[in-house]
Amino acid sequence: MSEDQLYFFYDLFQYLINGICQGSIYALIALGYTMVYGIIKLINFAHGEFYMIGAFTGYFCIRGGIPLYFAFPIAMLVPGIIAVLIEKIAYKPIRHAGRIPALITALGVSFFFQYFGQNVLGADPKAFPEVYEETIYNLGEAVSISSTQIIIIVTTLVLMLFLRWLVMSTKVGKAMRATSFNKDASELMGIDTDKIISFTFFIGASMAGAAGVLVGIYYNTVEPMMGLIPGLKAFIAAVLGGIGIIPGAVLGGLVLGVVENLVVGFWESTYRDAVSFGILILILLVKPTGILGTKTKEKV
Amino acid sequence: MTFKTILSLLFLLPHIAFGAKADAKDIMLGAVFPMTGPIATYGQESVNGMKLALKRINLKGIRGKKVQLIVEDNKGEPVESANAVRKLISVDDVYAILGSVASSNTLAGAPIAQSAKVPMLTPASTNEEVTKMGKYLSRTCFTDAFQGEVMAKFAYNSLNKKHAAIIVDLSSDYSKGLARIFKKRFKAMGGTIIPQDFSYNQKDTDFRTLLRKVKRKKPDIIFLPGYYQEVGLILKQARQIGMVMPFIGGDGWHSDSLLKLAGKKGIKNNYYSSHFSPDDTDPAVQNFVKEYVAAYGSKPGAMAALGYDGLMVMADALKRATSLNREALQKAIASTQNFKGVTGMITLDKMRNARKGAVVLETTEQGNIFKEKISP
Repeated sequence: MSEDQLYFFYDLFQYLINGICQGSIYALIALGYTMVYGIIKLINFAHGEFYMIGAFTGYFCIRGGIPLYFAFPIAMLVPGIIAVLIEKIAYKPIRHAGRIPALITALGVSFFFQYFGQNVLGADPKAFPEVYEETIYNLGEAVSISSTQIIIIVTTLVLMLFLRWLVMSTKVGKAMRATSFNKDASELMGIDTDKIISFTFFIGASMAGAAGVLVGIYYNTVEPMMGLIPGLKAFIAAVLGGIGIIPGAVLGGLVLGVVENLVVGFWESTYRDAVSFGILILILLVKPTGILGTKTKEKV
Repeated sequence: MTFKTILSLLFLLPHIAFGAKADAKDIMLGAVFPMTGPIATYGQESVNGMKLALKRINLKGIRGKKVQLIVEDNKGEPVESANAVRKLISVDDVYAILGSVASSNTLAGAPIAQSAKVPMLTPASTNEEVTKMGKYLSRTCFTDAFQGEVMAKFAYNSLNKKHAAIIVDLSSDYSKGLARIFKKRFKAMGGTIIPQDFSYNQKDTDFRTLLRKVKRKKPDIIFLPGYYQEVGLILKQARQIGMVMPFIGGDGWHSDSLLKLAGKKGIKNNYYSSHFSPDDTDPAVQNFVKEYVAAYGSKPGAMAALGYDGLMVMADALKRATSLNREALQKAIASTQNFKGVTGMITLDKMRNARKGAVVLETTEQGNIFKEKISP
């Protein structure tokens, strides 16, 4: 094998690592999208903002001297609580009005947080404090992975498995699946669906908050508009994997992250977003249920 | 009253409230700067500098009047800049406009000022095209042609690097213009440029894959004419993947945030050209630095100094104008000769561009170190 060919494989491998890492972030955000959609059929466009709130919570905690292993759960808790409040204030009163009003309300909530954030926190990007000394592991002579990248990938996998367990093997999970399947019937069976819906929002936003902190550490910057593009990308990821399906969100996120990095690596970085959104259009045309989607209705 | 009139009255309210504060006899000037958004620190610094200048100007006044400055926020976006220029002309009826900092923003507002025949003076936009928009456009800073040449010379002669890669911010006219000139000059001197185009867009955060592509081409220096937000992240990620060659850039690097974004490892061994160094020993500069520190508690950066000079040149032109109207004011601005500013001696040439020197700074953990001063 010539040196050029050899380097092609090194490059490919490196782009895959970068892609899986970026994809994990998309996946974490997409998990929330998919869960909320699964249970009340709402595409919560404000979801990217919970990611931003998580990132800023982490930023202020760590700057205030709270160690990462405390700051991380706090940064999951705060967006979770805010999401529950938003659900109670903005979404619940119009839940009976159909899907379009809810969708528009979600857009409104999204803008509210973006511009409220710019006003309160300032629009300039803030440098995320360095939490730990990053180590770079070299795999062979031309491929490397950093400790942050490993943390991101592992965290995503752990949180996904946790969610899978929560939904499939616990009582709350059973109630979530029931609510998703038939809300009225679930209520007749004694399930407090309001509580279940709130709980779903809480879990979804916590996942986004976790992604926010990870991104703060990984890219070293946080700003109030940071949720916009990753939010949209996570939406693509959720649709790509099959909206409403938990492993689908992760699969969609990883595929999207890898594709984006291959586009940047072997083609032009300017085409990255065009390709991402092209994928969204393509999947909606060809297989609207997504990669893992089937026609069964049992989705959470 | 129809719904529309109520609505338009509602929109007018803030302007009425603002207008009430200003004395009708004051000389009204407009300013368009990014007070929020990704390059907010440029706008905030520029306006801080201008406020110092305003204080000094209003001690004596001009033609027996006080000067009022109406600052509009363009959020660092071209569309918002155009809107702000339009608002300043049609609602506030200003004599002249100062602004903006990023060339893309200035270029968006320039045709509006030109067609309304309102003098527009940019203290900091370096893209060549800005003053080509018409004779009502001028600038009190050097252009990218000069800045690109300075960095090409510095890379080739002072750093002794011959093989460069260029990474461009495709969403910025400033970055593209600077890249083109650097390429031309560096090649003319005998250096080689890696022919492949490397580019990114503003607000990107992940550069690892792009940088790896650059690294594989083995350049010994990288020209990165971007703005600090992305530059900071690029520097950090480049050092993380083991790229040790120096990165060099233009005045867009200038910000206190650069060190925070790039981190201790990323900041080392990079250079950029700028308009001003607070370490300059010139008494006029030191005086300005002292005043600025007293007012804002931090040392002034290039943008503050440029903003200060921009408004001072404007005030000087207001004094020299044969009468107080926009046409006479523009003539006075264009004929500025040997005006002693804190960023150097300002003389506007035929194309209404300032000819003056540049400084090259090295970025370090402790702050910028003054390396060289290069005159035109």
